[in-house]
Amino acid sequence: MALDKNGIAQRIAQELRDGWYVNLGIGIPTLVANYIPKGIEVEFQSENGVLGMGPFPFEGEEDADLINAGKQTITTMQGASFFDSATSFAMIRGQHVQLTVLGAMEVSENGDIANWKIPGKMVKGMGGAMDLVASADNIIVAMMHSNRAGASKLLKACSLPLTGVACVKKVVTELAVLEIKDGAFHLIERAPGISVEEIQSKTLGKLIINGDVPEMNL
Amino acid sequence: MNKQVGNVQEALKGLDNGMTLMLGGFGLCGIPENSINEIVKLGTTNLTCISNNAGVDDFGLGLLLQNRQVKKMISSYVGENDEFERQMLSGELEVDLIPQGSLAERCRAGGAGIPAFFTPAGYGTEVAEGKEVRVFNGKPHILENALHADFAIVKAWKGDTEGNLIYKATARNFNPMMAMAGKITIAEVEELVPAGSLDPNEIHTPGIFIQRIFQGEKFEKRIEQRTTRSK
Repeated sequence: MALDKNGIAQRIAQELRDGWYVNLGIGIPTLVANYIPKGIEVEFQSENGVLGMGPFPFEGEEDADLINAGKQTITTMQGASFFDSATSFAMIRGQHVQLTVLGAMEVSENGDIANWKIPGKMVKGMGGAMDLVASADNIIVAMMHSNRAGASKLLKACSLPLTGVACVKKVVTELAVLEIKDGAFHLIERAPGISVEEIQSKTLGKLIINGDVPEMNL
Repeated sequence: MNKQVGNVQEALKGLDNGMTLMLGGFGLCGIPENSINEIVKLGTTNLTCISNNAGVDDFGLGLLLQNRQVKKMISSYVGENDEFERQMLSGELEVDLIPQGSLAERCRAGGAGIPAFFTPAGYGTEVAEGKEVRVFNGKPHILENALHADFAIVKAWKGDTEGNLIYKATARNFNPMMAMAGKITIAEVEELVPAGSLDPNEIHTPGIFIQRIFQGEKFEKRIEQRTTRSK
């Protein structure tokens, strides 16, 4: 069965390692914080200026001055810190953040990502995404395999304006975990009950399948 | 040096049509709402506004957009404002969208006397169009210029009459860099105290960057995305 958004987040959470600082984008990536594996410590950075982001506040305890990059009210963990936007992006550009998880509209087989603009239709802006993808060493994209019209989002080349070039290392969708290297998607895992053929048929970019592809272990 | 002015009207003296403004804040968090409301009343037009976001339709910078006071916006993300998107797609509003980190650094550079800098953000995208590219350590970077403003308008939690500022939580965001980059920088604060009342160790923005400071009459501090969990 294909994963839901929480399933995608749960699978991505398995990529977290002890001691990492992690930036989670808006949408599915935000959910990753709900599935931190037992026994490891990670700290979440939100690019609007907080390190050590905690869960949403209890009702009645919201603070208008304390939000995440998605403008949602949040709390902080023990040991948290606040800083200005220039310092925040110094952390990001300076590669002090070990993992970035973000959503995408399209990803290409060489790791290009498009997620900020549909010309003539939707122009929301790139926010911090271009800074993040240009600098982060380890970028995982969390997204659905196809768009709402049913078209594949894993392409030979992106058709939408790019956010960054050759930067995405891994993609986790409701169907599969794919690694991007040497100009191709490499199928690493498939969602429980999903066939390799289904993934193949929904992936337009070059897909490499090596031997038996294991199911995700969630 | 005493930077205190009596009220928002006095703080905005000299603001004129066609000027470039920097306005602090991220979303609706840490925006100078008293000053924005006053600019709406003043009706100043043809403004270029440098601000990470554009408010929402009926609060923050969205009010200036509704009122057609803005000629050009320089921002990184404008997704929460339908009127903005409409004016942008119809060509009524000039918009320069730039990566958030580049925006922050361009403001910082403006205040710090750095005319331009190289960053990897935006390389290979339409943001890089027309910009010089140079390779450092095998990686391409693009040249981004510093930003300046006729007025920088920031919001702080506490300030003293010297113009020293302390921000609260994530309401800090763009305010410290913009404070440095204004020819005239106005600080509106929730609480204005006499010089000597704030611990110098805790100052985020030193008063040298501030020309005018006042205590805002009222802070609505609207929350854009109220998210909670149950007990």
